Amino acid sequence: MRFSATVTVRLRPGIADPEGSTIERAISALGIAGISGLRGGRSFTFEVEADSESAATAVAVDVATRLLSNPVIEDHAVSIEAK
Amino acid sequence: MSRAAVIVFPGSNCEHDAVSGLELAGASAELVWHTETDLSGYDLVVLPGGFAHGDYLRAGALARLSPIMDTVANFAAAGGPVVGICNGFQVLTEAGMLPGALQKNAHLKFHCKDSTLIVASSRSVLTRGVAVGTELSIPINHFSGSYVCDEETLQRLQDNDQVVLRYAENPNGSLDDIAGISNDAGNVVGLMPHPERACSALLGSTDGLVLLQAFVGAAVSA
Repeated sequence: MRFSATVTVRLRPGIADPEGSTIERAISALGIAGISGLRGGRSFTFEVEADSESAATAVAVDVATRLLSNPVIEDHAVSIEAK
Repeated sequence: MSRAAVIVFPGSNCEHDAVSGLELAGASAELVWHTETDLSGYDLVVLPGGFAHGDYLRAGALARLSPIMDTVANFAAAGGPVVGICNGFQVLTEAGMLPGALQKNAHLKFHCKDSTLIVASSRSVLTRGVAVGTELSIPINHFSGSYVCDEETLQRLQDNDQVVLRYAENPNGSLDDIAGISNDAGNVVGLMPHPERACSALLGSTDGLVLLQAFVGAAVSA
């Protein structure tokens, strides 16, 4: 079976996000008020061939843990959908 | 004469400076391409600065999967002296050979300037014989050089004398002003500043030679 996986990687709470702070300031420079707490992140999508949804999830979590995120500074979230 | 291997990844760009600095420090030095898997005959390993594998994903994240890195890890596990400079430091943290991570600089500032460093430990292969408190003027040139780790790791680094160099004035938001650290044994060192660019009075400083000479000396006693 084929599944599509989405891995979202974000800086862990408490880790400074200078990019996020800079973007937040740019939003206020646009004249949009009321925005705070902006944090950046990245999203990766790929397809997984696996026998079941749980097997596909396990593969995606493995990729997210061992490569796509650095656990010292980043968290990740994985979602799987059957194609 | 000690023989140094300077590992070249696609995107490395400080490898020739590293060779030149190591030669001035009294070693012979050769470039070794990242797909090699043999480091026999070498007494020292340097991971130079640059943008290994384009720094795609995260700085240093893909370089740890280069074929040479298993050999570098074995060389280090056997007590061989290894230093990662700038991008090389990032590679060593991503490879799990040094704790912590290097995050984007505070205020998103790219720094390319001289920095004053203070030697914090004489135990590492890069600072053996250099008195704690010695001030060195060595340039920095990086965007992701802000050292971060959890509190427990920082405590361990401090307790085990693994903080090798600190900035006199913290340029990038690094935890505890850290510019360089070592592993527990002291034979693997990572630092953001570029000692290989401070090896000539004509170019402003020879303080980098102090570190590179200590490193070359470590080969003999290793």
